[in-house]
Amino acid sequence: MIAIADYGVGNLFSLKSSFSAIGADAVVTNDISEIEKADRIILPGVGAFGDAANKLFQSGLGGVLINEAKKGKPIMGICLGMQLLFDKSYEYGEHKGLGLIHGSIRPIADVIPKDLKIPHIGWNSLDFKMNSPINKYINNGDFVYFVHSFYAADCDEYTVATAEYGADLTATVQNKNVFGCQFHPEKSGETGLKILRAFTEVKGEAL
Amino acid sequence: MITKRIIPCLDVRDGRVVKGVNFTGLRDVSSPVELADFYSKSGADELVFYDITASSDGRKIFTDILTETAKRVFIPLTVGGGINTVEDFDRVLKCGADKVSVNSGAIKNPSLISEAAKLYGDQCVVISVDVKRVDGVFRVFAKGGRENTGIEAISWIKKCVDNGAGEVVVNSMDTDGVKGGFDLELLKEVCDTVSVPVIASGGAGKTEDFITLFNEIPKVDAGLAASVFHFGEIKIKDLKEKMAKANIPVRR
Repeated sequence: MIAIADYGVGNLFSLKSSFSAIGADAVVTNDISEIEKADRIILPGVGAFGDAANKLFQSGLGGVLINEAKKGKPIMGICLGMQLLFDKSYEYGEHKGLGLIHGSIRPIADVIPKDLKIPHIGWNSLDFKMNSPINKYINNGDFVYFVHSFYAADCDEYTVATAEYGADLTATVQNKNVFGCQFHPEKSGETGLKILRAFTEVKGEAL
Repeated sequence: MITKRIIPCLDVRDGRVVKGVNFTGLRDVSSPVELADFYSKSGADELVFYDITASSDGRKIFTDILTETAKRVFIPLTVGGGINTVEDFDRVLKCGADKVSVNSGAIKNPSLISEAAKLYGDQCVVISVDVKRVDGVFRVFAKGGRENTGIEAISWIKKCVDNGAGEVVVNSMDTDGVKGGFDLELLKEVCDTVSVPVIASGGAGKTEDFITLFNEIPKVDAGLAASVFHFGEIKIKDLKEKMAKANIPVRR
């Protein structure tokens, strides 16, 4: 069973539907014990980092995620959920994240040319940087759907794929059993479903 | 590489796609769910559902249909039509919409955009504008293009973006239905004014119109059309192949 963690950030309808579409058993839940019992955890999220991090830690979910990750349970963060896996973010101030992947979240504006629009929104292609079980069913160059204004920096050793938007922006990350997608697999057509399917099959490996 | 988006728009009334469609191989050509699935498989980058229902019963059917579609189609869905309050945003987002497009609702209630952007984020709020030249000035029309508001269009669009709209759909009433190509003059002016994604609408008649659009105005992010896709006059797969040949980045 996959637990889609509901901590009051964003719309989880499409994520749940995506797992149904690939025949995986997923529940949207804010019940800590259910999340602890699940085989895998999805950490979703849209909105601002500071707000979401507060909700995550105040609800107790933050601590649970750190414990479960250390035990080797596969966890995947999506969009803001991916950013929350990192040490910290510089989105409107400085905020602490879960620290499950080392690096920091910074504004895209710092690294892309001024004439490019922010947010980075639309379909962009993945450039594979290293092998990962999360890419098992997709190919280098496949397209996925992005919507974001901040990106994960200083995390080369965890970067599985990037997307070119005036700079190579971190798209997919992995640190052992902890995975993250900056894009929305649940909105990325067949490619996105294949990524979710790969996640349902990855083996746990303790951090 | 970021790609230019191709977006079919479906007008839905009482749970059925209107304006008629003309596809072979579809069991039910006026089922929004079937059509959305068809377009998704044909390579559409995004879908717009426009609710033209007048009654509250029809609105309930629309949200049911939207839910069914969102369960089956995994590309971004934008919903427009009848969006007048933050509660309307909430209603369609809960059914699986990713973005919500406001038109007359933003004219009636100028704080709608900023309220919605604060709650759901800029990326969720799309301002859709019907524009027509009146005595040489671009004017905003409301109520599905029936009413001249007298508002100057370019400054209106800028104001909406300043208030938090994350994307702009520019529908030219002068080129809409004519099938002679997009309104390049209007679109260029909008693109020079705002820094959020701009979606061109109104006037597509053939594949070349999209190629001209993206070549002439590189800042345009997407092209939206309805009948040319529904009647099969332009097939999305062919369109994308031709765009790729013209060195316009597309997802294939």
